[in-house]
Amino acid sequence: MVEITILKRPRTEAVVTQRKFFKKTARGKVIKVLRERYLRDDVSCGIESCRECDQTVLPVSGEKQHPSFLNGHFILPDTNVFLSQMDLVESPLFTPPIILLQTVLEEVRHRSLPLYNRLTTLTKADDKKIWVFYNEYRSYVTLFLAPLFMLLRDSRETAIIREEGETPNDRNDRGIRKATAWYNEHLKLNRPPVRGQPAPQIPTVVLMTEDADNRHKAEKAGIPAVSVRKYVQGMKDSTQLLDLLAAEGSNEIEPTKAVAGRQALYPEYLPTATLLAGVKAGELHQGHFNANQYNYLEGSVPVPAFAKPVLLIGRENMNRAVNGDIVVVEVFDEKEWKAPGDEVVDQDSTLKNDDAEDSADEGDIEGNEVLVKESKLIETTEKRVFDKQPTGRIVGIIKRNWRAYVCHIDSTSLTSSNTTSLSQQTVFATPVSRLLPRIRLRTRQAPSLIGQKILVTIDRWDVTSRYPEGHFVRALGKVESKEAEQESLLLEFEVPYRPFGKAILDCLPEQGEQWVVPPKSDTSPEWKNREDFRDMIICSIDPPNCQDIDDALHARPLPNGNIEAGVHIADVSHFVHADTPMDSEAASRGTTVYLVDKRIDMLPSLLGTNLCSLRPFVERLAFSAIWEMTPDAEIVNVRFTKSVIASKAAFTYEEAQIRKDDPHRQDELTQGIRLLNALAQKLKAKRMEAGALNLASPEVKFQLDSSESSDPIDVEQKELRETNSLVEEFMLLANISVARKIEETFPQTAVLRRHLPPPRTNFEKLQDILMKRKGMSLDVSSSGALAASLDLCIDPNEPAFNTLVRIMATRCMLSAEYFCSGSVGKDTFGHYGLASSIYTHFTSPIRRYADVLAHRQLSAAIGYTPLHASLHSKPHVERVLDVVNRRHRMAQMAGRASVEFYVGLALKARGEREKKNSAEVTEDAFVIRTFRNGLGVFVSKLGIEGLVMFKKDMQFDAENYTITVGSTTLAVFDKVKVRIEVEKDRNTQRGRVKMSLVHPIDSAGL
Amino acid sequence: MASRVEILNEGGFRSDGRRQFELRSIEMDLSQQGHADGSAVITHGLTQVLVSVFGPREAKLRSQTIHDRANINVEISIVPFSTGDRRKRSRGDKRILEFAAAIKSTFEPAIQTSLYPRSQIDVFVQVIQQDGGLLQACINGTTLALMNAGIPMVDFICAVNGGVHSTRPLLDLTLLEENDVPNVTIAVMPKTQKISLVTMETRLHVDRFEEVFRLATEAGLVLHEEMKSAILGRSKELINSIDLGNNTRGGDGDDDGMTGLN
Repeated sequence: MVEITILKRPRTEAVVTQRKFFKKTARGKVIKVLRERYLRDDVSCGIESCRECDQTVLPVSGEKQHPSFLNGHFILPDTNVFLSQMDLVESPLFTPPIILLQTVLEEVRHRSLPLYNRLTTLTKADDKKIWVFYNEYRSYVTLFLAPLFMLLRDSRETAIIREEGETPNDRNDRGIRKATAWYNEHLKLNRPPVRGQPAPQIPTVVLMTEDADNRHKAEKAGIPAVSVRKYVQGMKDSTQLLDLLAAEGSNEIEPTKAVAGRQALYPEYLPTATLLAGVKAGELHQGHFNANQYNYLEGSVPVPAFAKPVLLIGRENMNRAVNGDIVVVEVFDEKEWKAPGDEVVDQDSTLKNDDAEDSADEGDIEGNEVLVKESKLIETTEKRVFDKQPTGRIVGIIKRNWRAYVCHIDSTSLTSSNTTSLSQQTVFATPVSRLLPRIRLRTRQAPSLIGQKILVTIDRWDVTSRYPEGHFVRALGKVESKEAEQESLLLEFEVPYRPFGKAILDCLPEQGEQWVVPPKSDTSPEWKNREDFRDMIICSIDPPNCQDIDDALHARPLPNGNIEAGVHIADVSHFVHADTPMDSEAASRGTTVYLVDKRIDMLPSLLGTNLCSLRPFVERLAFSAIWEMTPDAEIVNVRFTKSVIASKAAFTYEEAQIRKDDPHRQDELTQGIRLLNALAQKLKAKRMEAGALNLASPEVKFQLDSSESSDPIDVEQKELRETNSLVEEFMLLANISVARKIEETFPQTAVLRRHLPPPRTNFEKLQDILMKRKGMSLDVSSSGALAASLDLCIDPNEPAFNTLVRIMATRCMLSAEYFCSGSVGKDTFGHYGLASSIYTHFTSPIRRYADVLAHRQLSAAIGYTPLHASLHSKPHVERVLDVVNRRHRMAQMAGRASVEFYVGLALKARGEREKKNSAEVTEDAFVIRTFRNGLGVFVSKLGIEGLVMFKKDMQFDAENYTITVGSTTLAVFDKVKVRIEVEKDRNTQRGRVKMSLVHPIDSAGL
Repeated sequence: MASRVEILNEGGFRSDGRRQFELRSIEMDLSQQGHADGSAVITHGLTQVLVSVFGPREAKLRSQTIHDRANINVEISIVPFSTGDRRKRSRGDKRILEFAAAIKSTFEPAIQTSLYPRSQIDVFVQVIQQDGGLLQACINGTTLALMNAGIPMVDFICAVNGGVHSTRPLLDLTLLEENDVPNVTIAVMPKTQKISLVTMETRLHVDRFEEVFRLATEAGLVLHEEMKSAILGRSKELINSIDLGNNTRGGDGDDDGMTGLN
């Protein structure tokens, strides 16, 4: 049974116990607040064997090690000590017993929640002796006291009230001094000298403060006071501890919860009219803002006027732009141009002590701390003439591209993590994407959102606010649950994933699953002008478990010695007609998105996996391209026709390969595959000769536990077989042939695909690295020359080196894009990577919308159907292709992100399995980038990239791309061993792959 | 910065220096206020309420008369300066009407209304200062004022509110705490320990409810002692003053007036 009591209090005490203050609401209304407090005499001092107090934590005689206080001492730090020297206090070497005043604790809480959270965990730590003294409540009950007693002791003890004209800060300082004095008095009173025994040693309570003025006042009142530096110098581990001291001036910070108005942190934008005029006149430049994923204080805007993108350094110059916004930049004079930074600057660690609620004070002192830190980061940018880039600042925003972002709540920004709390809190949401700034949002349900993925939209970003403000949209689910991660991926890359609507499904054939090719007759519309290829020996070769088979092949010798080869593509345009709901939905989806464990279809699955899928032993409609080739793979002629086929087999690459290599198999099907293979090899050789690039991109596959659970167990690199190349060659051939045909027929509106040659400047850095590190050169004058010089980049000791160079070269290139033949000059049609003068996509109409368009155009070109009016309109085609291009890019990124997530899961699974053998996941990796404080590494086996960060700056040689750690020098292309762990960020719950070096040096302690 | 205040800190102190089960300072002033038949000013910490009771008297409106018992009419007015922001609340404010209805239904089982058929008892509650626990102050004030007016009741009604911070229950919440933690107000009749009011405007987990409920009931009993002694004190005072006016009698008849009140 608990004791319920009423705290009685005489009215006369009201002066001490009531506190009146005014506060201003967000709307600018002034509210008077009256609070009371109950003073009590049972607040314990926390020191052992005290006569008055129970509950003890601190040793009776304090610490006697320190030379200045041989009688033993306790330290009583003020607020600034915790605000600026938290690292010192956290150090295990810093062991004196600490008295932490409530005043101090509350001030820390007001100033910075993250620091407060660190402090409260310290008070609970076992190796620290910290006692929280609630000085604001300590008082001697004066109710029935004789006036004599009042003289002996100040009735209020440590609870003080703010005096007239005193700032809150001065009041707190006075409170801290008073508490120190009280403690010393308290110790004396409770250890009275006993007659006949030596006078007891009374330990001192020392006020620790950085504020010289405060120290001065304390000494005047006879209170022992000491500065942090002086105190630490006297300690026995002083050398190590002095390193931990933050370099703050002794009297620099005067914390005031500023009364001053909000200060603008960013320049205002120029008016729209000025921006447009400026862009027109060429004084200002317009472009998309790209944030830098390694350094949150840097961004760039590619503009047509300069070869290199315009660099933006620092917050003010980036002026509230968010990744993807269309912005207008002003470029500085050339002498102010800078090179991009060579350091990894992580938003989370730099700003971890920043406070969500202090919007009003950001411009002030607190802001300064951050600003000082940030400006240091910016300044370190070395001035290398070599890398200088146009540099500028953002003066206006043409269009915001804000959308809903997937975020996590930053748990340290919470004021209370109590789930029953109903109070509104201002918290930070950290977006999953590293390109975005933290978003400040107000919510009443913050505690329950911790550990969830949530969707947040940005509402506005004022000049006075360091962070954008947003609001909570909805929760996606628990972090690391597959559903939440999947949905967040789709949202993050704007993949439309809602189920198909009724209007769309109504466009499907009525028979549904039962639909079949009708029996051959002249009257049936399906058979009109279609060739009957049902007897041909056609087969399909695809990856395992492929459901949407959109291509099939055949080859047979002709009597004249030539070979007939055919590529048969699912006839999607037979089902998807222009200007139907299904067509417009497919156009807006643009492509099927493949995630590791899920496929987001472009077309309803009835079409994709059944009616259009060229499954074996079923009659299916197809669009065929038939070549007659010489045995040397010279094309004699090509024709295109709509057809009906019945595939004879569906192979996986592996099965086809085995069949081809099995000498006992002599059936027609196997012969066909061999013919195809022979032709493909010749085609490939020709293509290579023409200068096609053999580029590499890391691809991995997952070993799934079982088909139901889809828990990844392990990752392995995808294997490439001869048959992969077989299919690829014929698809390329078909695409090129079709491209020629439709461009010839529709020179204005043909749907083509091109890959522009990369500007030479893109390769400069790679060339430089190769030259300096390996003495190799890269000839980038043409794709052929590049291909040839890439072949020469071989390190005999390191077979993977060539692949690595290829991956890096790929990253220097532009991405391929769809375009409308009438919109660009004919000389820019070429496909750089394939070394083909013209190219399109024709072979995967089930999963790519551009192919559907190509089908329609080809069908019109051979006079099968008239061309729909929309495909005659250049603007329409351009508009559709813009969407398709964007969706295509997003789909690739979503796929990659999904792979990354699964690699994470797989690593975790592997780590758990191997934990029994007490081994961690270590893999070989190559250094691909060096930073001042870290390394970018690429783990080829897992196909992932990671960062190895060092806590301190290392000796960094930007010219030679090396970094020296201790006595070991690491350079780009060096092979290292890394330990890979999946670490969950404590604040954001963002699981991320963390790498650290194992070999040649162990970076765990660095 | 309201959210920056810790409701219950590591040392077990609440934001105003109380511990979990400590009630705020309570003051009861039962002296005569104006023409009221009985009145009371009750102060729970910084919440102050003046209750004036008139009646039983003839009902003003015929429609409000009940043929076999007295009608209880509760009216609440909140002075604009009672809270930090001066907000004028009209008498027809839905929230105030709800409050009044809650008070009325709380007292119906306690007042022996059947003794006064066809009459009306008016309870005017004036909120002078608010800092949480408004309903409990209104109810406790009404109990005292009704007794002060000499209206026969079967028992005291003592109200206390309680809340739960995380898993730890708190009693007698201030405004700051009320805004942050789920809370419940309970009015108890101490003699029979019957509950005449339980009200919640927030959601409270059912597992926690029982504990808070039990604690608030206990706290009601503690308050009862306090209220009883205030009533006794006031009666003593009155008797003494009667004695002063009537010098012929001695001072030993003190207890006569109190027997009905126990």
